[in-house]
Amino acid sequence: MLFTSWSFALLVAALVPVYYLVPKRLQKSVLLFANAVFYAFAGWGAFLLLLFTALSAYGFARGIGRLWDGQKETLTLHKTDWEKPEKKAYRERMEHKRRTLLVLCLVLHFGILFGMKYGAGILGIVNGWFGTAWDGSKLLLTMGASFYTFSIMGYVIDVERGKYPAERNPLNVLLFGSFFPILVQGPISRFDTLGETLFAPHAFSRENLEAGLFRIAWGYWKKLIVADRLLVAVKQLIRYPETYNGAFVLLGMLLYAATLYADFTGGIDITIGVGRLLGIRIDENFDRPYFSKNIAEYWRRWHMTLGAWFKEYLYYPVSVSKPLRRLTKAARRLGDGFARRLPVYLATFAVWAVTGMWHGNSWNFLVWGLCNGAILLLSEECSPLYARFHRRFPKLGKTWGYRAFTVIRTVLLLSSLRLFDCYATVPETLRAFGSMFTVWNLPLLWRGGIQSLGLHFADYAVSFCGVAAMFTVSMVQRKGRLLPRLHRWPLWKKLLLFGALVLTIAVFGRYGFGYDAGQFIYNRF
Amino acid sequence: METLLEILSELHPDVDFTKEERLVERGILGSFDIVMLVTRIEEAFDVVIPARLITPETFRSADALYAVIESLGEDD
Repeated sequence: MLFTSWSFALLVAALVPVYYLVPKRLQKSVLLFANAVFYAFAGWGAFLLLLFTALSAYGFARGIGRLWDGQKETLTLHKTDWEKPEKKAYRERMEHKRRTLLVLCLVLHFGILFGMKYGAGILGIVNGWFGTAWDGSKLLLTMGASFYTFSIMGYVIDVERGKYPAERNPLNVLLFGSFFPILVQGPISRFDTLGETLFAPHAFSRENLEAGLFRIAWGYWKKLIVADRLLVAVKQLIRYPETYNGAFVLLGMLLYAATLYADFTGGIDITIGVGRLLGIRIDENFDRPYFSKNIAEYWRRWHMTLGAWFKEYLYYPVSVSKPLRRLTKAARRLGDGFARRLPVYLATFAVWAVTGMWHGNSWNFLVWGLCNGAILLLSEECSPLYARFHRRFPKLGKTWGYRAFTVIRTVLLLSSLRLFDCYATVPETLRAFGSMFTVWNLPLLWRGGIQSLGLHFADYAVSFCGVAAMFTVSMVQRKGRLLPRLHRWPLWKKLLLFGALVLTIAVFGRYGFGYDAGQFIYNRF
Repeated sequence: METLLEILSELHPDVDFTKEERLVERGILGSFDIVMLVTRIEEAFDVVIPARLITPETFRSADALYAVIESLGEDD
């Protein structure tokens, strides 16, 4: 069920009144039922897989939780008669047991995800090598699997780390894993933060209703007016890379930057808005990322929940893991600076390789991930140089012009890397990128080139206004969140703004008969 | 505490770590800094910082970090 479908609108419209009308103790059951309806549209196979993931994670977490409880009881019992070494040895034995359960759980569920993402490709290679004819076409990635697997595994890891106790109610874990607004494209949620609001009873509030409706309308506005419109041109540009080279690649880069932003943030706005209608607070996933001054800052502000997940559950554990510690010690012979950098470099490349693989099953995504890692490391290595430069010119960094330069530089850099997301193969991407510097065809853009991309002048005008509106909203958000300020407006003003949003979607949005509103880009990950 | 402040100052000489309370939130300590910091702290204090303790809360200020280092030496 797509966010841009009538069935989704109907589901939300029916759910909200029912959710508030039933006794509060039944609200979670209503949500579970809504999740089942939403996911049933993805097919029974997908539904059963989600059920299995949530319930088996519940089982593993309960097993780990029991080991924690047992450890606490035993240590209390032997508080006085056990010496320190005995206690230490016992704790290590228990930790080993918990880790074993965790590893089993992670291997099982990431194995399933890996099979869905890469199974068909691997079988294709095997068939090519051995002449077999195994059919991998049924190994398809089910909707939201990349998102819910990460959220649910985060929960099991947290329990193993003793961050909070294992959940006793399996339905709560199922509700957390299957909460339908976050199933399509995240955000990747944390059990402790989302659970706190998801499992709590909620009373109807006008503030939540207003905030939710505004957020949803703004999300659809971005998706239907900007993203789905510009995507037409982007698709045309990448379908014919030999024709659309040089300046067209630069145009495609910029159009795709706007498309992806409008698409992904629009989807997340709808997600957070639906949650808000139900009184449920969902984590933010963006913090005006295109205003970042460098790539590291950008990755702290774009798809924040995925970045935080990788950092907390992969980057830090890898960089302080025993094998890396041993390697770092051994590397000291080659110099202190080298040894200190080694864990950072290895963990960075490991995380970015996995981030690339998470995004897609082609070499493009792996190269995209590794390039991101390399640029982050290079930028980190250059930071003393930047610091020296700013000490020499202390006023420059505070000027509007310099800040604008850093923001534009970051957007161009990231947009260049995103070409890997657009083109089919790595060589094709590199050829397209290189053509920006070797093919001089800028005048072709206004000599019929722009009109050949499937959009009319009016479409470009609407898109330009849409991008300007998104930019303005981001500028306004610099002074804090917008919705609390909107809430203080008089009712007539709020109705006017909401009406304007709905009306502009109705007039300029790309939908209706004969037009299939596109799937969200991040839905395919 | 002095040793910790020295290590922190080596990373960012321009930051007053005795006053700063939002080191991670304000982007002063990034993920690269944190890994380097963990290595340096482990060498200087002869402790092992487990991955579960590498969180924004641990690194939000020098005081918070020092409290975690001290707690590592304690028994249950």
